[in-house]
Amino acid sequence: MIKALLARARQGHRTIGYPDADPPSMPAHFRGVPKIDPTRCPDGCRECAEACPTDAIVVAGGDVRLDLGRCIFCPECESACPEGAITFTDDYRLAARKRSDLHLLVGEELNLAEALDAKLRKLYGRSLKLRVVSAGDCNGCASDVNVLSTIGWDIGRFGIQYVASPRHADGLMIMGPMTENMRLAVRKTYDAIPDPKIVIAIGACAISGGIYAGHPEQHDGVESMLPVDLFIPGCPPHPLTILDGLLRLFERTKAEGRKQK
Amino acid sequence: MNDRLLIRRNAEPAPIADVPLLAVQAFRNAVLDAVLREECRVASFFAREAEGRIELIAVLADDLTGELGFVRMRLDEDRFDSLTPECPQLHAFEREIAEQFGVKPIGHPWLKPLRFHASLRSGHEVFGDPTPGVTDFFRVEGDEVHEVAVGPVHAGVIEPGHFRFQCHGEHVFHLEIALGYQYRGIERALIGGPSKKTIHYMETAAGDSTIAHALAYCQAMEALSGAKPPARAQALRGIALELERLANHTGDLGALSGDVAYLPTASYCGRIRGDYLNLTAELCGSRFGRGFVRPGGVQFDLPSDRIDALVGRVDTATRDVVDAVALLWTTPTVMERFENTGVVEADDAEAIGMVGVAARACGHGIDVRHDFPSGIYRFVHIPVITAHYGDVNSRAFVRWLELQRSARFVAQQLRTLPATPVRTEGVASLRSGMIVASLTEGWRGEVCHVAITGEDGRFARYKITDPSFHNWFGVALALRGGQISDFPLCNKSFNLSYCGHDL
Repeated sequence: MIKALLARARQGHRTIGYPDADPPSMPAHFRGVPKIDPTRCPDGCRECAEACPTDAIVVAGGDVRLDLGRCIFCPECESACPEGAITFTDDYRLAARKRSDLHLLVGEELNLAEALDAKLRKLYGRSLKLRVVSAGDCNGCASDVNVLSTIGWDIGRFGIQYVASPRHADGLMIMGPMTENMRLAVRKTYDAIPDPKIVIAIGACAISGGIYAGHPEQHDGVESMLPVDLFIPGCPPHPLTILDGLLRLFERTKAEGRKQK
Repeated sequence: MNDRLLIRRNAEPAPIADVPLLAVQAFRNAVLDAVLREECRVASFFAREAEGRIELIAVLADDLTGELGFVRMRLDEDRFDSLTPECPQLHAFEREIAEQFGVKPIGHPWLKPLRFHASLRSGHEVFGDPTPGVTDFFRVEGDEVHEVAVGPVHAGVIEPGHFRFQCHGEHVFHLEIALGYQYRGIERALIGGPSKKTIHYMETAAGDSTIAHALAYCQAMEALSGAKPPARAQALRGIALELERLANHTGDLGALSGDVAYLPTASYCGRIRGDYLNLTAELCGSRFGRGFVRPGGVQFDLPSDRIDALVGRVDTATRDVVDAVALLWTTPTVMERFENTGVVEADDAEAIGMVGVAARACGHGIDVRHDFPSGIYRFVHIPVITAHYGDVNSRAFVRWLELQRSARFVAQQLRTLPATPVRTEGVASLRSGMIVASLTEGWRGEVCHVAITGEDGRFARYKITDPSFHNWFGVALALRGGQISDFPLCNKSFNLSYCGHDL
């Protein structure tokens, strides 16, 4: 017992201050919201689009379009670009309420997720119980969803909790491209959650199929079978990206606008 | 290893034509002799289509000599005599072959779907059109016997799988595990590669083992193209692989504590795991090592002015985890639950071909880093850790000792990084008509990739074997004679990958 107490004293208090304090700083090569400087694009250059493994970049005419729902935030476009025109910022805020919001023309700002309507905010603003289901995720998204319930992040302080039964849940959080072999289980889980309920798609796979898009073994993401209320891009999204997305549903991101490159 | 096999080292390529193409009986004898008489393991066993016929290829691993043996045979019809009755470690491989290519292993003791998908060879099905989880399960009959079904969706944040227990009260007679819910068709999609998507399939085959799988792939690519990654890249790859081990071992020890309701260690390790993931992110921007290992080296260099800070963070995290986990071994309630729970006998572990932490916890000193060293591990040796009771406690204790060794390795390598570039070019084209087996020791155990190139220098077949593929049956054995309430603890003590199995 005395050893446990001593260890407790040594380990100390470790929960991050965010959102009341600044968010933790991102690592050196962190890849958040990508930014393209079209003035540096050579005429007819398509290197980034050709390097992109998920076709998240489309170069057509003079336009460059980005789909953050397809993007797996890999370094391939950045290293393929001969002019350094495409870079990843350290802006971790990526969550959106509509799939179409994740389609960006160059220079367009990402329309970040708005809060839920007043009724849902009233219902879930102080207590949101989520059922988490993996439908083909690689355990990357699952791990960083899980990490939010550890002491470092402690989403319990916002009243958010992952629960062990859909009957106890207010919403469904899904990772993975929606494998054919999980369709029935996801459907049953969704149906077992009482109304009103929300659905959150975590990661490129759950939004668009990610690297697995087009495979006949999966269905290109959650929207193929369920309405989605919140999209959180990434491969996997950083825990801070997920937390930011969840807090946006309830207008609880006080640090809004502080951290921008 | 017998002379009927073609012998190669880890990541040493050979022309596929040099792999002995034996008659059916000679193939059986070669494989069975290697496994039953010469103490080899089956690293991989798979099928491919070659010249209009189905070819079976076995890759055998000799842990004592570091040799990999290749042998193959071709089938005249959609069936072959199962080797599983003599060699149980082939049971899942043969089910996989049946499912992927529609050839039936006659005499397989428990032939049923592995991942519940249609055959890759249309028109040739062994299992028809299977529904996930709907299959025969071994049943115990009796008035007071009951069956408990769990999954595919589980209570926590965890991947899906279906577990079927045959019980008498709390007592478990038998557990059977049905997977396949995560099946994404990776091996099918790899054929014709490498493409710009290939490395990303590798990084997400089992996403918590991104470095281990990406490294196995890059070793294979380099072997097939003749490229030599520079020394600094080799060291950085080793650092990334050990950081992956540190993060996951720490997470597992925390989760084991949580499963026996000892919350101090569970809380601390949950946080410290993140510290190690953040160190991986310092290498490449991703907590899971995405974007770091690339054919020919690594994508990002580590500037020397950041090394001191990183070494400091490794030391701090390791001091914290040692402090946190040490509590377990002196807490009677924890030891009572860990010891003698989920025992896998050493003989069983060997018979079913277990690898990695779970095998070392049974006293089998097998470790790719030691037995089949490649890259930095040819020059720097990390002692192999074993324990001897095959129980939850042994699996926990192996992790605890391993993470201390890994931390020492990481700190040492960070301080002695060779001054070379971190990536070499020249991985553009692969030699045609070659086969190579590439092994790495992921944190769960042996990751084995086998690549075969066709005449066009593209992948004619690419076989991935995650350690989980070998070890899932070990979880079933660990539960025998135990209690249902021990299941979470046993499962966590293996912490196998569902997607790594399902691919």
